[in-house]
Amino acid sequence: MEKKAVRVAYGEALVKLGEQNDKVVVLDADLAAATMTNAFKKAYPDRFYDCGIAEANMVDMAAGMSTMGLIPFCSTFAVFAGRNYDQIRNGVCYPKFNVKFGFSHAGITLGEDGGSHQAIEDLALMRVLPGMTVFVPSDANECYQCVEAAAKIEGPVYIRTARLASPVYDPRPFTVGKGTVIRDGKDCVIFTCGIMLEHTLAAVDILAQKGIDAALVSFHTLKPFDEELAREYTAKCRKVFTVEEHSIIGGLGDTVASAIIGHGVESFMKIGINDEFGQSGKPADLLVEYGLTGAQIADKMMNNL
Amino acid sequence: MELQALEKKARAVRRNIITMTAKAGAGHPGGSLSCTDALVALYFEIMNVSPENEKDPQRDRFVLSKGHAAPALYGTLCERGYFGPEEFDRFRQLHGILQGHPDIKKCPGVDASTGSLGQGISIAVGMALGAKHTGNPCHVYTVIGDGESQEGLVWEASMAAAHYKLDNLTVILDHNGMQIDGTNDEVMSLGDIKAKALAFGYDVIEVKDGNDMQQVLDALRAPACPGKPRYILLNTLKGKGVSFMEGQVGWHGKAPNAEQAAQALKELED
Repeated sequence: MEKKAVRVAYGEALVKLGEQNDKVVVLDADLAAATMTNAFKKAYPDRFYDCGIAEANMVDMAAGMSTMGLIPFCSTFAVFAGRNYDQIRNGVCYPKFNVKFGFSHAGITLGEDGGSHQAIEDLALMRVLPGMTVFVPSDANECYQCVEAAAKIEGPVYIRTARLASPVYDPRPFTVGKGTVIRDGKDCVIFTCGIMLEHTLAAVDILAQKGIDAALVSFHTLKPFDEELAREYTAKCRKVFTVEEHSIIGGLGDTVASAIIGHGVESFMKIGINDEFGQSGKPADLLVEYGLTGAQIADKMMNNL
Repeated sequence: MELQALEKKARAVRRNIITMTAKAGAGHPGGSLSCTDALVALYFEIMNVSPENEKDPQRDRFVLSKGHAAPALYGTLCERGYFGPEEFDRFRQLHGILQGHPDIKKCPGVDASTGSLGQGISIAVGMALGAKHTGNPCHVYTVIGDGESQEGLVWEASMAAAHYKLDNLTVILDHNGMQIDGTNDEVMSLGDIKAKALAFGYDVIEVKDGNDMQQVLDALRAPACPGKPRYILLNTLKGKGVSFMEGQVGWHGKAPNAEQAAQALKELED
């Protein structure tokens, strides 16, 4: 199966968007080669602004540029969602300015750079901000759709992307705020987001071999959240698992929990990063270390069914 | 507008500052009074703004980076006709358009929501860069505080302003020398702020008395230096115009009581 990092798709999507809309400008903070905005820089040098290693200033500059009718996309590492937070909150969200954030290298699959750089809290930070749309594309094709949708939304949008190359699935229908049923099932349901799709799919296959018919639902939009679909599958499957490459505090798991409480939940388990920081290592080794491979996910589920 | 008329406007704005902070029992009169003359000069003489062109993309922009001086901005916007003085009754009150700090979504004439220090100048830099990008001939003005200049973001923004050669940007420093916990030197010395501004690539004009309307006007009218952002260092007096507030740290974030307000208003009569 073809593999491509979601961040690479982000860079490609920006180039395409730049072709269609001359109001789109891209800002980066000396990471264009990593966030993949260098593709846009090459295609539209006069619409690319390097802000230097000054992420906070990048966000407020984007805020100011948006008041001139431009659609700025700010790009940096997801771990800097914390560093930029006051600017994202007060500079962009409070006045509801039309600024987009494409933040890459999220989660432990960032790998070797280690825990200082592995964002495990960005979704919690972003989803609490009033008016913020939060996207977590699960593969390259969904990332193209998220970027395209972001440009059409009037207001702040956060797009979380991963560094690691991951499978590219066939394009699926996309509606902002709607989840996607990947596999139907009746015995239990996994809700997931981002590139954990690959590993939850593997878990579902392992469970199937053991005679367990698990449903799998992926959410490319964490906010606004598709509560209806989450409740529908909760009512149908009763036993609920969430899987995310993020802290189990404040991310997908808590989003799902808020949506389904009181809607027929028989059991509920959050699988993700257990209130700890990451560390250096190869992405594949880190997935094992933090229990996020398909086999480990399936094991945890079996033990809780 | 004639010099005397502008000075008269400045007194009216200062009365507005006293009126609204006294009524609310809260707000920041000291640093509002120190930057009043600059705001009056901008809104009545320098910028091409008016309530009629409020949505005109080519109007000049103003960002009050030291957002706690909101009473000075509100007092000026009211005199300029953006809203009536009845709004002062609801300053800092529930459902009021005059929030504790300027809010673009609520108050007419406000170009940026500010209050988190350091952010306004950075937003202003983005506006100036966006204006250049889109070929918009507008000029962007921002008033920053000296205490605010302790924020690293002020210097990130300054570096970017010089890098992108934003000669359509004027940064105005309201240098009254004081902040909440004491003088700048007691809290965190700014060192040679003029030398720092120069070193960051600004075209710097220092105004000896930043509360002297003619001196302020002269600085604001000075022709732009091509390829360089402008930095106007206004040496001002905290609490300017009200004898018992002048040069007093304690009036940074404290409202006058009824008796003090009456005395202040008397001193500010035409």
